[in-house]
Amino acid sequence: MSITTDSLPVAPRLAPALSVGWLGWVRANLFSSWLNSLVTIALAYFIVKYAIGFVDWAFVNAIWSVPNDAAGRPDTSSCRDNKGLGACWAVINEKHRFMLFGTYPYEQHWRPAVVCVLFVGLFIISAMRRFWRWELALIWAAVLTVIAVLMWGGVLGMPYVPQERWGGLPITLILATFGLAFAFPLAILVALGRRSKLPAIKALCVLYVELIRGVPLISLLFMASVMFPLFLPEGMNIDKLLRAQIAIILFAGAYLAEVVRGGLQALSKGQYEAAEALGLSYWQKTGFIILPQALRLVIPPLVNTFIGFFKDTSLVLIIGIFDLLTAGKTAIIEPMWQGFAVEVYVTIGLIYFVFCFAMSQYSAKLESELNHGRRR
Amino acid sequence: MSAAETLHSSVQTNAPPAISLAGVNKWFGALHVLRDINLDIALGERVVVCGPSGSGKSTMIRCINRLEEHQQGKIIVDGIELSDDLKSLDAIRREVGMVFQSFNLFPHLTILENCTLAPIWVRKMPKKEAEALAMEYLERVRIPEQAAKYPGQLSGGQQQRVAIARALCMKPKIMLFDEPTSALDPEMIKEVLDTMVMLAETGMTMICVTHEMGFARQVADRVVFMDRGEIVETGEPTTLFENPQTERLQLFLSQILRGH
Repeated sequence: MSITTDSLPVAPRLAPALSVGWLGWVRANLFSSWLNSLVTIALAYFIVKYAIGFVDWAFVNAIWSVPNDAAGRPDTSSCRDNKGLGACWAVINEKHRFMLFGTYPYEQHWRPAVVCVLFVGLFIISAMRRFWRWELALIWAAVLTVIAVLMWGGVLGMPYVPQERWGGLPITLILATFGLAFAFPLAILVALGRRSKLPAIKALCVLYVELIRGVPLISLLFMASVMFPLFLPEGMNIDKLLRAQIAIILFAGAYLAEVVRGGLQALSKGQYEAAEALGLSYWQKTGFIILPQALRLVIPPLVNTFIGFFKDTSLVLIIGIFDLLTAGKTAIIEPMWQGFAVEVYVTIGLIYFVFCFAMSQYSAKLESELNHGRRR
Repeated sequence: MSAAETLHSSVQTNAPPAISLAGVNKWFGALHVLRDINLDIALGERVVVCGPSGSGKSTMIRCINRLEEHQQGKIIVDGIELSDDLKSLDAIRREVGMVFQSFNLFPHLTILENCTLAPIWVRKMPKKEAEALAMEYLERVRIPEQAAKYPGQLSGGQQQRVAIARALCMKPKIMLFDEPTSALDPEMIKEVLDTMVMLAETGMTMICVTHEMGFARQVADRVVFMDRGEIVETGEPTTLFENPQTERLQLFLSQILRGH
């Protein structure tokens, strides 16, 4: 009250322990009322119970390898006894080569392995903005050529491997990479076409999008694999993988086109008018002003669609192409390994997760980097 | 006054008009937005277009570089008639600069890139040259130090001055201003008007839709008053403002003056 107490220097004190730091956070967020406390305790009980159960299964009680029996085949009896208690990672240990590369000749597995590394390298380079120059197209062409040579072989002393024997991760990466690399430019053209003033072009683009979106990917794959060859002249045959690839490109193109169109519509009319008033031609306006802004706006739904299609490539199993998922399923077809599907699917899920999570992290980074100028 | 008169008389030569609108009509659906517009603007002339909102003044100047299409009549800009021919449209847009109410800078490009894009790609100017030119105009609108920033980092007045510099970098013969100060805070209006006055002093042909009567008095050779899609009155600013002939202009002026 009095002046003297007001002006007295106050010794610095620590903030009350119960309202700051982790203790304060816990109190404010987890135990703010008796109902919250109850929910917190119940959830904590289940989380701890199942987390411990999972750690026990996945690590503590897991079997990492199995001995061979007299005939030289793996003896999985220890795994069978352990069923329900611990994971049998021995199946991965034993079968990982088949899961990753399918029926590709065993002694040539280094080739698809190098292909996978090349793909990942290509993704990383393409993700770096300082490589976003036209030379990147050359790099892509070169790497894809090397990949084709490695997969097929038949030159440089590498034996020829027909496409029917390819399988596993390289197939998934090929389908996803080519699929999105071709579908994306196609989608941009279709999205632009759908906003065109020319009625024929507009109708064609609307027809394409609505037709493709109206049918399931599976039926499109069936058509590509079963019906399409019927229309080809006698004796002519287009590679099955290529047909599936085209089906995926067409399908992804239609979905991506709608995403891109959303971005085009989100731009204010003033941007179009300003570009026109400066005398820019249609393609200059589109390339310099409209697309760079529209695509930035739709990075989240775009990556969403990319991730969706990366996983949708697994549907090619229905037309007998050995992608990563199918190879995994086939790997455990031998009697001694039957019953260990969970371990295989967890592993394959992990591989898919790594790729998809990388995509989503990259998109978040790209979004924050590219939108620096727009921040208000 | 006498200086303005000599300037005014100097543009009354026999040279063909920079812009000529003859019998121009336009409809938005059933709405008749431009009614039989006849207007000739000489090279070097500064025209201010005013009128109540919805009177068709923005639509009229947007017809001049064909951001809007007219349905009847003839518009000739710089000797070229506006038609569906894309070549002639490109030629006209190269010579006509435009400044918008909402600036419409490109937010993903820096200020310098905003200014150099069209000279490089439309005028095919070498990049170095275009950058030097852009810096020259940014200096003239007094913001060269902002060249490396993005539009979002600038104030409204600064953005509009960049928009003027961007249009000038194309070295247009004619400049259109569509309510350039209407979206600005009061304290920023002056800096943009000063830039426009400075531009007027260089002898640029200007058509400006604005409610800034002070600006009209200071620089306009002629004021065009529009209402309900028609040109109601035209004349020198002092005559028009001090001695309005029609009731509609009297009403408009009284509303404008009350507002200020």
